[in-house]
Amino acid sequence: MPQLLLELFSEEIPARMQANAARDLERMARERLEADGLGDARIHTYAGPRRLTLVADNLPAAQADRSEELKGPKVGAPPQAMEGFLRKVGLTQSDLTERDGVWFATVSSKGKPTADVIAAMVEEIVRNFPWPKSMKWGTCSLRWVRPLQRILCVFDGAVVPIDIEGIKSGNLTEGHRFMGTEQGPFAVTDFTSYALGLDRRFVVLEADERRKRILEGAKAVCAAKGLELVEDEGLLEEVAGLAEWPVPILGDMDPSFLDLPPEVIRTSMRTHQKYFAVRVPLDLRLAPHFVVVANISATDGGKAIAAGNARVLSARLNDARFFWDEDRKPGKFELWQEKLAGVTFHAQLGSMAQRVERIKALSKSVAVAFGEDPVDAEFAAGLAKADLVSAMVGEFPELQGIMGAYYAEQFGRQITSAIRDHYKPQGRSDELPSTRLACAVAVADKFDSLVSFFHIGEKPTGSKDPFALRRAALGIVRILIETGTRLSVLTLLTDEVVARSVPGANALALKDGVPVTSLEVLEFLADRLKVQLRDQGKRHDLVDAVFALGDDDLVRIVARVEALDKFLATDDGANLLAGYKRAANILRSEEKKAPLPVFAKPMRMPGAPAAEITLIAVLHDVAPKVEAALETEDFAAAMTALAALRQPVDTFFDDVMVNSTVATERDNRLRLLMQVRDLMGRVADFSQVSG
Amino acid sequence: MPDRKPLSFQDLILTLQTYWSAQGCVLLQPYDVEVGAGTLHPATVLRALGPKTWKAAYVQPSRRPGDGRYGENPNRLGHYYQYQVILKPNPPDMQELYLGSLKAIGIDPTLHDIRFVEDDWENPTVGAWGLGWEVWCDGMEVSQYTYMQQVGGLDVDPVAGELTYGLERLAMYVQGVDSVYDLAFNDPQSPDFKTYGDVFLENEKQWAAYSFEYADVDVLKRQFEDMERQVQRLLAEGKGRQGQALVLPAYDHVLKASHLFNVMNARGAIAVAERASYIGRIRDLCKACAAEWQKQQGAGA
Repeated sequence: MPQLLLELFSEEIPARMQANAARDLERMARERLEADGLGDARIHTYAGPRRLTLVADNLPAAQADRSEELKGPKVGAPPQAMEGFLRKVGLTQSDLTERDGVWFATVSSKGKPTADVIAAMVEEIVRNFPWPKSMKWGTCSLRWVRPLQRILCVFDGAVVPIDIEGIKSGNLTEGHRFMGTEQGPFAVTDFTSYALGLDRRFVVLEADERRKRILEGAKAVCAAKGLELVEDEGLLEEVAGLAEWPVPILGDMDPSFLDLPPEVIRTSMRTHQKYFAVRVPLDLRLAPHFVVVANISATDGGKAIAAGNARVLSARLNDARFFWDEDRKPGKFELWQEKLAGVTFHAQLGSMAQRVERIKALSKSVAVAFGEDPVDAEFAAGLAKADLVSAMVGEFPELQGIMGAYYAEQFGRQITSAIRDHYKPQGRSDELPSTRLACAVAVADKFDSLVSFFHIGEKPTGSKDPFALRRAALGIVRILIETGTRLSVLTLLTDEVVARSVPGANALALKDGVPVTSLEVLEFLADRLKVQLRDQGKRHDLVDAVFALGDDDLVRIVARVEALDKFLATDDGANLLAGYKRAANILRSEEKKAPLPVFAKPMRMPGAPAAEITLIAVLHDVAPKVEAALETEDFAAAMTALAALRQPVDTFFDDVMVNSTVATERDNRLRLLMQVRDLMGRVADFSQVSG
Repeated sequence: MPDRKPLSFQDLILTLQTYWSAQGCVLLQPYDVEVGAGTLHPATVLRALGPKTWKAAYVQPSRRPGDGRYGENPNRLGHYYQYQVILKPNPPDMQELYLGSLKAIGIDPTLHDIRFVEDDWENPTVGAWGLGWEVWCDGMEVSQYTYMQQVGGLDVDPVAGELTYGLERLAMYVQGVDSVYDLAFNDPQSPDFKTYGDVFLENEKQWAAYSFEYADVDVLKRQFEDMERQVQRLLAEGKGRQGQALVLPAYDHVLKASHLFNVMNARGAIAVAERASYIGRIRDLCKACAAEWQKQQGAGA
């Protein structure tokens, strides 16, 4: 079957856009081919620094011929209708067939040559490609990520003629910009000749292959010196998009820079220069080297490249050393803390200094829950954001916290752990802060974000979460749950805490005496918890059932959920749930007819059926047990106690008619059901449990 | 490092001048108003606009008061030189032309690693942006390469290609020195050999002291406001003999305002909150000039 080869050859495409571009190209082509009845094509795309390539195999030479039946006017319809229909289909009445009193026309169309479909498809792709940022160049009115230089479009060995804003298609492409003796354009006939031609001209077409060569080559140049590469997935991805012919080269770093913090060296290497760091094997120490990935095999074996890069790195690290020395001068922390007053955190939420004051106050309260000294927590929180205005963090924002910890060394490991780790965890796979004090400050920091942004109505919506509030909430959930720390969210988020989050704001909205913002934050945390539990394979309806009780202690909520989960997995649990639902249904339908009787303890009525007497007795026995278990938060025991209800409840429904004609009997039985419902409701809202 | 005798600082400039002259550029001399970057020269900011073609190259002294280091930092200067090339419309082989200029100054692309690394250029004070790259040579940024898309908030049509070479940095690379002050300014063999330090070290010391310690903030503020008023007056009331608004003099006043702002900023006299408002004021002035210039050039005609 014929093959299509398309290459969009441009000036250098940003590395970060290449992977998506390959996917978008594949998607746009597939959608178009499918729509044109050529959906059997096998499509593969490639992206690199200067080219997007698509190869589609298994294409027919032309679309299949099509024939479709069109419904026309009814027999006996006015002649104008028939004339109109014949004009539309381009036939005469003798070509039509009649069925059930309606005229039908069979219209057949010849399939277009695939090359025509391709020409239209390429134009559509080039004109509508979803680059995150695009531009115009020269006098051309097309937009592309950078100037589009060539369109190579070959179908079944022949050029598909296309002309988009003066860019004409052809069968030519180019190899590496600098390497090889065969410079200049060369012609191809199909993918095999294309791939071979590029290979001979020092272009690695596949991104995976470039990544592989870089990783293997970088490891090899390190191993040759008895060293080890510090792997970095993100950096690997990026450098693989910066070279058509990647060549890792080991360079030397002036060893005197090794007295800088390793994070600084690595960050400077990665962000400014896109170098990999190198370490001493079996050791965490960095080695005074780096790996740069060049785009050529240089004529001198890379010596000049290594030397040039080493000099640039020295200049960069000299800057870093200047920041490091400057930042460690005495009195800097005080200066930074003052400076935070001039840094706006958010137009409505005041300065960074005001935010720090809020985190300090919250840290004091949260520390108690973590069993930590509130004074230490407040002190650490007071220092936690200072490094944001340090010279080093100004240069490398990703070192926030890390630099603060270095600069605060004199305050001891507890305090520095809190400064360094209070941004953690940064997501579901990141580690928790390393100490309980750090956990306390981390939780306080995140609560301040949530309360503040919620209070000014900046809640995450859909995919929009500009202030990373979901991550903050997940951080709180993870820290509290994984450390088993008990904290009442609503007790923490008092009116005062909420009011303070927006400097100079007006009165608070309250609901049942609790700030609405605090309730919203609690609900948001419960949502995150639900997501977290669902990811762990727990039933989220159980979270709803427990959360409906109004609990605001995440650890207790999880304990209840777990106990409930186990209970419902037992035979007793499943049956009791059914009994509960039956009781609740009866009560609900009775309530529709007439108000339920005012609750009072069910009485042993004379002549009552045995099942009724038994249930009253068992409830009398079980209720205090459930209460006692809840008192000690032994939810498993509470469930076990409830399990004793299963048999009597089942028997009651089997033997007793609730809707007795005797009003007092009916009321007594309804009260009995109310007692069952309410006692079970002390453990969870079973009406929210599915099943 | 180059593969023949390295060019002195001035020979590097002469080589670039010769190269771009051969490409048909008008060689201009530096603009005589303090600017922070070669882009701000009216030969770029204004000439990028309108329908007329334009090819120019020039050296532009660039003043960055905040980058002064009293002559103590080997890589940072409060006053340095850029080499600026503007090609409107950008020719289809502009990358090749640029690479040719690197070869001309002795950088062999089969020995050195030349890269085009994404860099989206933006200058908020003149409401300008473009897409392009930082050009790296062995990991060092030697040029900025931009396809200008907008200036003064107006579309650049046809698109202009802009190249900016950081001359000191490039010369340091070519000569293989680690301190800008050690650069050979003229030929080291010449009887009156001078280094960059011989020529400019004292300037760096004095200007840094001025920018960081002695610039008179009250005077600067007043002058800024004066300049701002002059721009508005010249655009609204100024009339040339052919009835045209005096956009070129007005634009010079924008440049002066912009430089005054940079000095105040270096002096630490501008609070964070004020900064954005100053930048906005300069941008508005610049936009007004850009719009007037474009009108005079007969855009869309």
